[in-house]
Amino acid sequence: MLTPAEWTVVALSLKVSLVAVLVTMPIAYGLAWVIARRRFPGRMLLDALVHLPLVLPPVVTGWLLLILLGRNGAIGGWLYETFGVTLVFNWTGAAVAAGVMALPLMVRAMRLSIEAVDRRLVGAARTLGASPWHAFLTITLPLSLPGIAAGAMLGFARSLGEFGATITFAANIAGETRTLPLAIYTGLQLPGAESAVTRLAVIAIVLSLGALLVSEWLVRRSQGNRAHVL
Amino acid sequence: MFFDVAIDMQVDDHAFALEFTSDAKLTALVGPSGVGKTSTLNAIAGLLCPQAGRIAVAGEILFDSDQGIDLPPEKRGAGYVFQDARLFPHRKVSANLVYGEKLAAPDKRLITTDEVVSLLEIGHLLDRLPATLSGGEARRVAIGRALLSAPRFLLLDEPLASLDESRAETLLSLIERLRDELDLPMLLVSHSTAEVERLAGRVVEMTVTKPA
Repeated sequence: MLTPAEWTVVALSLKVSLVAVLVTMPIAYGLAWVIARRRFPGRMLLDALVHLPLVLPPVVTGWLLLILLGRNGAIGGWLYETFGVTLVFNWTGAAVAAGVMALPLMVRAMRLSIEAVDRRLVGAARTLGASPWHAFLTITLPLSLPGIAAGAMLGFARSLGEFGATITFAANIAGETRTLPLAIYTGLQLPGAESAVTRLAVIAIVLSLGALLVSEWLVRRSQGNRAHVL
Repeated sequence: MFFDVAIDMQVDDHAFALEFTSDAKLTALVGPSGVGKTSTLNAIAGLLCPQAGRIAVAGEILFDSDQGIDLPPEKRGAGYVFQDARLFPHRKVSANLVYGEKLAAPDKRLITTDEVVSLLEIGHLLDRLPATLSGGEARRVAIGRALLSAPRFLLLDEPLASLDESRAETLLSLIERLRDELDLPMLLVSHSTAEVERLAGRVVEMTVTKPA
């Protein structure tokens, strides 16, 4: 069915999206918690910054990443000089771009589920002897699990489809940063690659649909748990 | 002195001041709705912070604005039974009951889980989720959860509200037993004169006060 080069594309896409989601998840949850539960000056600004990748042209997000994380960038230069790490033009760069683009969607889903946790339950846990951290681990975190699962799946689907920021920041290098959308785009530039494009497009549809179904299943399962099993 | 409270409170738009001391085993806090009875319980439990004042229970200072003392809720030893029970919805009754017990120092425990289960007659509920309990059942579990957390005192917010007569009577005699058998100062918020007359050794009446 698929040529070895196409399998490379699929495997790379899954690896990039998986790493992007796993690394972004704790960051997104931390941001979601701060925005949902803390009142401080600059909260609106933080909320706006988190949402920026959702409203900016992805190419601009990619360009900003290039400026910040490129080898001569403010953070990227330091990373290169201190650890010899480069994020541009390799798969980690593609994962960074995908993670940044997925962040707003993940924060939104998680924030909604954290806001849905009754704060008075946390107060009740405190009167029973729980420290703020213990109350978080035993009350807020488990009760917001559906949002974590939904956020992770949304982020995964978003990462699979990431194009603009990736091609700008990580470039389109076969076997390194050429994920499914980039491979489809490349195929469209070449004469005679129609059947390859079709195969890759079908895979993209199947993977995205799969991610959606899994997220739906996770949400249902957790709701089912709450009503009957736990 | 069991309860020694003198606080200025500001909750949203409502300001009030309250001052009382009591050495009765069970003190009742009465007054019209919205006067700040529940806010007072929250302040004693450490869930709300008074503008100024002092709260001491059974000789321990929990809050004192002059001395800069403000113990966090988990250090106050309040066994707080909320009006809405406030059980953890994702934990079975059994896990709700032992939540505070697991966090309490073993030598401070007043009562075992088995004793609580038989005292409150909740053995048949242990495997259920809070969402499946009736109001009276949930309140009994909440009382058990509070007792097992090794509290130094109990705060009961309208423990009999919205229960039918027979269930209210059962719970009333239970609270009487707790009052007589356990060495725990109790502060009870109530609307019902009958309830208060039967239970309380001292009644503190809260009236609407204009902020100074």
